[in-house]
Amino acid sequence: MGLLSRKVTCNSHGQDSSYFLGWEEYEKNPYDEVKNPKGIIQMGLAENQLSFDLLESWLAKNPEAASFKRDGQSIFKELALFQDYHGLPAFKKALVDFMAEIRGNKVTFDTNNIVLTAGATSANETLMFCLAEKGDAFLLPTPYYPGFDRDLKWRTGAEIVPIVCTSSNGFQITEPALEEAYQEAQRRNLRVKGVLVTNPSNPLGTTMTRTELDLLLNFISDKEIHLISDEIYAGTVFSSPAFVSIIEVLKDRKLESSQVWERVHVVYSLSKDLGLPGFRVGAIYSNDPIVVAAATKMSSFGLVSSQTQFLLSAMLSDKKFTKEYLSKNHKRLQKRQNKLVSGLEKAGISCLESNAGLFCWVDMRHLLSSNTFEAEMELWKRIVYDVKLNISPGSSCHCTEPGWFRVCFANMSEDTLKLAMQRLKSFVSSITINNQSHQELKNTRRKNRNKWVFRLSFQSFHDREQEER
Amino acid sequence: MEFTRNNNRQLLSKVATNDRHGENTPYFEGWKAYDSNPFHPTQNPQGVIQMGLAENQLCFDLIEKWLLENPDASICTAEGVDRFRDIAIFQDYHGLKEFREGVAKLMGRVGGNRVKFDPNRIVMSGGATGANETVMFCLADPGDAFLVPSPYYAAFARDLGWRTGLEIVPVDCKSSNNFRITRVALEEAYEEAQRSNINVKGVIIANPSNPLGTVLDKETMRSLVSFINDKSIHLVCDEIYAATVFGSPRFISVAEIIQDMDCNRDLIHIVYSLSKDMGLPGFRVGIVYSFNDCVMNCARKMSSFGLVSSQTQFLLAAMLNDEEFVGNFLRESSKRLAKRHHVFTKGLERIGISTLKSNAGLFFWMDMRPLLKEQTVQAEIELWRVIINKVKLNVSPGSSFQCSEPGWFRVCFANMDDETVQVALERIREFVHQGKEEDGASEKSKHWRKQNLRLSFSSSRLYNESLMSPHMISPHSPIPQSPLVRART
Repeated sequence: MGLLSRKVTCNSHGQDSSYFLGWEEYEKNPYDEVKNPKGIIQMGLAENQLSFDLLESWLAKNPEAASFKRDGQSIFKELALFQDYHGLPAFKKALVDFMAEIRGNKVTFDTNNIVLTAGATSANETLMFCLAEKGDAFLLPTPYYPGFDRDLKWRTGAEIVPIVCTSSNGFQITEPALEEAYQEAQRRNLRVKGVLVTNPSNPLGTTMTRTELDLLLNFISDKEIHLISDEIYAGTVFSSPAFVSIIEVLKDRKLESSQVWERVHVVYSLSKDLGLPGFRVGAIYSNDPIVVAAATKMSSFGLVSSQTQFLLSAMLSDKKFTKEYLSKNHKRLQKRQNKLVSGLEKAGISCLESNAGLFCWVDMRHLLSSNTFEAEMELWKRIVYDVKLNISPGSSCHCTEPGWFRVCFANMSEDTLKLAMQRLKSFVSSITINNQSHQELKNTRRKNRNKWVFRLSFQSFHDREQEER
Repeated sequence: MEFTRNNNRQLLSKVATNDRHGENTPYFEGWKAYDSNPFHPTQNPQGVIQMGLAENQLCFDLIEKWLLENPDASICTAEGVDRFRDIAIFQDYHGLKEFREGVAKLMGRVGGNRVKFDPNRIVMSGGATGANETVMFCLADPGDAFLVPSPYYAAFARDLGWRTGLEIVPVDCKSSNNFRITRVALEEAYEEAQRSNINVKGVIIANPSNPLGTVLDKETMRSLVSFINDKSIHLVCDEIYAATVFGSPRFISVAEIIQDMDCNRDLIHIVYSLSKDMGLPGFRVGIVYSFNDCVMNCARKMSSFGLVSSQTQFLLAAMLNDEEFVGNFLRESSKRLAKRHHVFTKGLERIGISTLKSNAGLFFWMDMRPLLKEQTVQAEIELWRVIINKVKLNVSPGSSFQCSEPGWFRVCFANMDDETVQVALERIREFVHQGKEEDGASEKSKHWRKQNLRLSFSSSRLYNESLMSPHMISPHSPIPQSPLVRART
């Protein structure tokens, strides 16, 4: 009989993966323009730091929201006591309106169907507790957010079976891939309960096409399973094609009264769209009243602070503000993404064409010494330790093709991004030179390569982690 | 849709469709009665008075004053907005250093400054609700069990067992010794569990106790520690009412006990919160403090599922690090709790109703056994329905706390103003008086049976669990809709 639970000793929290190790390194040697100009630049953090000024200016104009006041009266006491798991009605209303606005008001959301949770991390886990258990599996298209291993599997006991997507078609979901994943789950004696997709995609930065969405709906309809659409990046779509939510497709196909309507669930959060990950605001939206009821009770384990609900209800109710914010934020994201893409181009690196998210999916296959994950790790270590950029290797996102990396662009200043691109360019040039002399210096190169083999010591890394997508 | 709904139901997990969330128990009926007819001194003076809510509403003025004097504690005010972006971005599951330091200081202070708590061991969670569940996830696997002395907090069933799959094995405590936890009772419960092949992983207690309002004495604490140490099982101490102690005996944290005992510290874990001591349940501040490094690290990773909003961490960091404020707050809070407790218990004494002697918590444990028609749970529930329906007080029946003796009720006293206290006492006085007048001393039991024992509600719509829960104010309520709807503990 072990003293502790199996959860303590198992690895399903996934925090030993390279994704988190890069952060460890960054923490030890973080770049600072003045204090540590040679430090590691953080490009593994999908944060939106581009529009704080807009939030701050709103705060300056709305002092009541800042100080627990409404209509001149202090409502501190009511807020301090408010722990109703149904959430602050004004906040829910403002939130569903915001969600609709992001979707061009082509869909509306009912406040009775929304459940507030402490971040999307909690929303995803809670949904999983409602829909699956040990022996069940959810199918996820690869590459996917590394944190899903923890959020969906760790405490729930559920399994993830990958839907393999490849660069041959821009990593889009195909019918054969869906079927293959379903069969694989059967082979592993797992009962498939549903599919979970992130749309817009992390790490790809692309919005799902209507074809894919239709395909998904047909698939879950046919197999009579659930679909979870994690739409936390919906507000970061900065260029066409426009974002199409799964709810919109259901509506367009007039499926509101169908069996499938209650099996589609949406996860949302303000961490990416508003850049407020610290506030822990997540939501589950479901048309199944049983799921809503169960998830609501479960939200007791991670409610949103009433202080935060109050502040954000005021902010999101200000429609003038939300309109301006979304529009300016999009422009800034687009501009910044363009800078990353062109900077990469100058270094001879291309990336997947993208129109959303806070990152690009970068193709460094040509820089690999071999088409293997070992080579990807090698390259990654060089980039972290030598080039001093923390980017996320595709393998940590369960990508089946080595050589892809996720690189974030919205969590640093423009100057820092520029510097990062310069470093990358120098690095690539040096590799190119090396490659050219490879034939002549085969043996020397082998010797050099040995220098790049690092033994990471895992002990010290276990203690720290950043919450990031 | 019906066929679909049934089909779809089979596609959900057992956890989503079973009853282990515990919200279908009679305990929540009282809530429903209150929600459909809430008392208001002027707008609904005949409404149900909420006495089932363990909230501390006595010291908000102190906090509000502090907030006015410290605008830079908010990242949204002009004085504090320069910190806005750093805090808005901050989602590190280690938590803000200043926040952890403030909490550690508070915990130390509340323990009488006899122990120092290490800020680096402070782990956040979604309220004590989240903390208790997290600790269970760390210590036990589905099917394992924890011993819980009864009477215990009604929602432990949900917090400890719903999603974790754990079982609760109650350890019955009796009024004959003031519900103290005895070594004998623990041993018996443990042996019985072993015989039934139930794998007991630990004991969980609340100290101060909910619903008793008592603090555990040193001897009981030492006996508990020795028991779990002998069996090599865990001890989880839920100390969320630690600062609600007024009068003696003082609160003794398990952290203090183990200082002088030979004990495997890897077995000791504390759960804390600011919901009761500071009266801030809406802020969702739960804390796991484990002496076991593995548990601490695991709980910290799990805290991702229920981090405290950084905006809130920041505010509380400033507040809790203001030592003068904290000292004054704790002193004043104790004083006010003591006074309120005294008004009630003395008032009840005069009516002839006794309560368990207590000096902590936000409630007292009321002895209504003499008023039961027979010493059964059924009779207790009947009496309870009369109290809700006729006397219009929402109190909590002992059976909802798994009390092994019928007739006890938990009555909260810190969630109302002074006038309402008087109204409540007056209603009880009338009720008991009426009972004595109508039936004579020996006929008390018949009186209750004559009453209409069915709960009456203005809207049956409230009962559709799938549409609403106990917490919505009926749209037909005469009370102007509060934009904020309150919940129960």
